[in-house]
Amino acid sequence: MLKLTDISAGYGAFQALWGINLEVKTGEAVAVVGPNGAGKTTLLRVISGQIAPISGQIIFEERNLKDLAPHQFVEEGIAHCPENRRLFPKLTVEENLKMGAFIPSARNDYANRLIWVYQLFPQMLERRHQLAGTLSGGEQQMVAIGRALMSKPKLLLLDEPSAGLAPVIVMHVFDLVRRIREEGFTVLIVEQNIQQVLELVDRAYLLEVGTVKLDGTAEELKNNEFLRQAYMGL
Amino acid sequence: MKRYLLIAAAVSILALLPLFLVPVYYLHLLILVLIWSFIGTSWSLMGKFGIVSLGHGAFLGIGVYATTVLWNFQGLTPWIGIPIGIALALLLALLIGYPAFRFRVVGHYFALITLALGEVVRLSIIAARNITGGSLGMTPDRVQPPTDVSWYALQFSDKRYFYVIALLCWLGALLIWRWVNRSMTRPALEAISEDEVAAASMGIHVTSHKLRITLLSAGMTALGGILLGLYNQYLNPSSLSGISISLEIVFLSIVGGMYSMLGPTIGAIITIVFRESLRTYFGVSLAGMSESIYGLLLIVSIIFMPRGIYGAVETWLKREPPPSTSAGADPDPDPSS
Repeated sequence: MLKLTDISAGYGAFQALWGINLEVKTGEAVAVVGPNGAGKTTLLRVISGQIAPISGQIIFEERNLKDLAPHQFVEEGIAHCPENRRLFPKLTVEENLKMGAFIPSARNDYANRLIWVYQLFPQMLERRHQLAGTLSGGEQQMVAIGRALMSKPKLLLLDEPSAGLAPVIVMHVFDLVRRIREEGFTVLIVEQNIQQVLELVDRAYLLEVGTVKLDGTAEELKNNEFLRQAYMGL
Repeated sequence: MKRYLLIAAAVSILALLPLFLVPVYYLHLLILVLIWSFIGTSWSLMGKFGIVSLGHGAFLGIGVYATTVLWNFQGLTPWIGIPIGIALALLLALLIGYPAFRFRVVGHYFALITLALGEVVRLSIIAARNITGGSLGMTPDRVQPPTDVSWYALQFSDKRYFYVIALLCWLGALLIWRWVNRSMTRPALEAISEDEVAAASMGIHVTSHKLRITLLSAGMTALGGILLGLYNQYLNPSSLSGISISLEIVFLSIVGGMYSMLGPTIGAIITIVFRESLRTYFGVSLAGMSESIYGLLLIVSIIFMPRGIYGAVETWLKREPPPSTSAGADPDPDPSS
């Protein structure tokens, strides 16, 4: 579904990614793990079109996305649930969800999708007229994921959904991600919470200072000696 | 239904007003209120989405000077001059807006750019004194042979013609406001004003949405300037461009309430009535007194009514008992307000 070949990217003179190769197949859940500053968020921004790569190719559903503008990536079917959630704090929960269905193809089907998201997250229905900024962290994460789902994407990008949440809430959010998988979405998730995210995904990539250090199935990585010592303290 | 009847009644009263013998001075005030309401509404279309321009005088000036220069030197009727003036204002807005929005110049920085823009246009008008009369201003030539009513030159000796024209423009601005509010542009711009990155990741074309509302606002403001020029039959660079007039537009919108459709209109009524009464009360006896009181009231109203007078009244009227915890079907807030 998604194939990155030799992607390099950065900000101005600073280069954050060096020749990344990555693949996500339809129906898969794939994690990108790694320490702070490894380039995980930059990678997601490249995939969602927010920054243009210096070199390399992004092929999504057999189409090269190289020359598309950021807003067109959503129309192609890539929804990005950004780091720190980035909700619209002064809009209500429902208005936030509505913004997720902004693209013309999603707009007509807005009412149905809203019902569907509410079925997925019944808590959102109770809070639908509350300002998003007044929700708790876990609830905000739910709205952010729901908002990304409103465009009915083919590929959902999640950037550290567990960041800044209490351990019990993190488990809850991961449960949500699991349910989204079961709904048949393809998910690419960036996480620092390596141990837990490996329980969730099929495959994972370990990023270190802008390059892919390791990749393999979740089972392989769980048993990888280097990863266990360096990142899990086992 | 009842609402539409009410609106129809209000509009017809306003339309029929000049048939009755309204003293000329009050008709003059009404026309000024309508034109300034129109300009304030145009500014608020941008302002309410956090795109604060402190240089709308630029669009005000460029439109009316272009129209008048074309009339005086080329004999070109304002019917052609007005579209040209508006087109020039749009071009100017595009030249400033596109790079600013493309490179994410937001907030204070954008305000500063526009502040400079207003001054640049004022100084340019003064510099081109051969055709604009410099800081002394200019007068549109009288249509030849002189007539009382010239639709060709849009010169009327009877104020009632201008009253109707200004009324139509003002109503048009309110309709445009309503149209923007009901289109997908409103949620898109609201999202952009809260978080441009998040809005972009929703599939919203940030630059194009901001640019479109800016062009709309600039074009309407240019038309407002042209109305002022045609009505006063006198153009002056400092009363049509530059900082003071640009800020005047901002103030009247903020005082009235830029988030509501009728806010800028209330602002125009209050500022004009207030300034006129202070001016007639103090006259020349205490120079600067009316301006000082005006400024003081401005400060007080911004501190205590940040959503403007109309906004404050609206909030007060919409007070609700504390919401119950059950998630019932509660009506959506009125989108047109």
